[in-house]
Amino acid sequence: MAMAAIDTSFLNDSSGLAKEEAPAHSQMGLRLGDLQTLAMAPVASPSTFCVDMKASGEAPGLMDFKHGTTTLGFVFQGGIIIAVDSRASMGSYIGSQTVKKVIEINDFLLGTMAGGAADCSYWERHLAQMCRMYELRHKERISVAAASKLLCNIFFNYRGRGLSCGTMVAGWDKHGPSLYMVDDRGDRFKGQRFSVGSGSTFAYGVLDTGYKYDLSVEDAVELGRRAIYHATHRDGASGGVVRVYHVHEKGWTKVIAGEDVNELHYMYAAQKGMTGIE
Amino acid sequence: MSGIMNYNGSAIVAMAGEKCVAIAADTRYGIRELQTVSCQRQKIFQLTNKTFVGLAGLATDVQTMASKLEFSLKLFELREERVMQPKTIGNMISHTLYQSRFGPWLTEPVVAGLDSAGDPFMCAFDFIGAMSQAKDFVVSGTSSEQLFGVCESFWRPNMDKDELFETISQCLLSAVDRDCLAGWGGVVHVITEDQIITKRLKGRMD
Repeated sequence: MAMAAIDTSFLNDSSGLAKEEAPAHSQMGLRLGDLQTLAMAPVASPSTFCVDMKASGEAPGLMDFKHGTTTLGFVFQGGIIIAVDSRASMGSYIGSQTVKKVIEINDFLLGTMAGGAADCSYWERHLAQMCRMYELRHKERISVAAASKLLCNIFFNYRGRGLSCGTMVAGWDKHGPSLYMVDDRGDRFKGQRFSVGSGSTFAYGVLDTGYKYDLSVEDAVELGRRAIYHATHRDGASGGVVRVYHVHEKGWTKVIAGEDVNELHYMYAAQKGMTGIE
Repeated sequence: MSGIMNYNGSAIVAMAGEKCVAIAADTRYGIRELQTVSCQRQKIFQLTNKTFVGLAGLATDVQTMASKLEFSLKLFELREERVMQPKTIGNMISHTLYQSRFGPWLTEPVVAGLDSAGDPFMCAFDFIGAMSQAKDFVVSGTSSEQLFGVCESFWRPNMDKDELFETISQCLLSAVDRDCLAGWGGVVHVITEDQIITKRLKGRMD
């Protein structure tokens, strides 16, 4: 049988895939030995593949990994509260209502997930590995500042290649609690209050109104839960369940494992003497 | 996503039973797609004592189209001194939409009613008036794919008014739970030969 000769040699020749630049994470202070490098697309300009694909219009939507989310974190007297929703949307379609958007990096560090699920979970897991390596080398836990900067450096190295991540890194180290916001542009901010995702504006509204540094742990958890609930109600791309974590001196505790926002809706409505259908 | 037909979000479904017909819609009013502004939006309008129309699509055009249809029907009833049959209403809507072929109203209507023999009549349109009739169910709006899926699974022939209410309600609620742009409560009208039953549905509010 006569077959058309198609050049598929690039499939076997892995060395041809990532020629353009050295792998991004090898340029960082922490080498990870035999970590596999990410293969680049077999095209003329691999580093701009995602951008080029988008511009070409040949595969509309293919590179739009973004999904709607509401995540928030704030520092208070008792440590840090991290609260998230659990919806994964693909366009206007709801793919899942039970996503875990808090990534447990180690016993003292948490990461949150907004943007591309794959990008966030891969790089935060990678960060977990780097933090563990640091611990073994230095016989000391990594600081939150250093951990967030490792993630930030990765994003900076992959800048313009189409990663989609808006993440918060929260933890407790020898300096106490600290909270960072790190995103795919290579931005890294330390702060007291952050909210990330399509529902963030709604969450900020509640968070800024109810926030005080002196909040008790119980009240802080309630504030986080309430802010996420309000965001899920108003934002079409957020919903599902609320998950709340508390970061304290001894690490983190999962305070709310998953509470249905629909139950919260009718509970809050009843507290105001409303039926909940208005 | 994106596009003017998704700007406000909606889910509309009509279903036929034995000598009865039901039409249901969600109650969300959103803007810029994702921002929910109200949970009390009317999307189904009563045209005659036996016929309802559900209007999906751009909210401003939904309201205008509802007024235009009400106007046409009142004019008809004054001139003819009789009530317009659902089939005629369907043809009138088709005609009205095609009148704006080159500057369309951005609505996709669904008509559900009982004809003079008491049998169900249902049809749906695209926004320039192509009518499609069905004997089982018709859907429209941003959740139409989800609605097709659940309706194909749960619709059965010859349902009585109570079975019909339960089926259409569950179909609507299941469908909008997989759509970011519709839900936040619902409303169902069941039209029978001697009564119209209207109920509000308590749905997920996220």
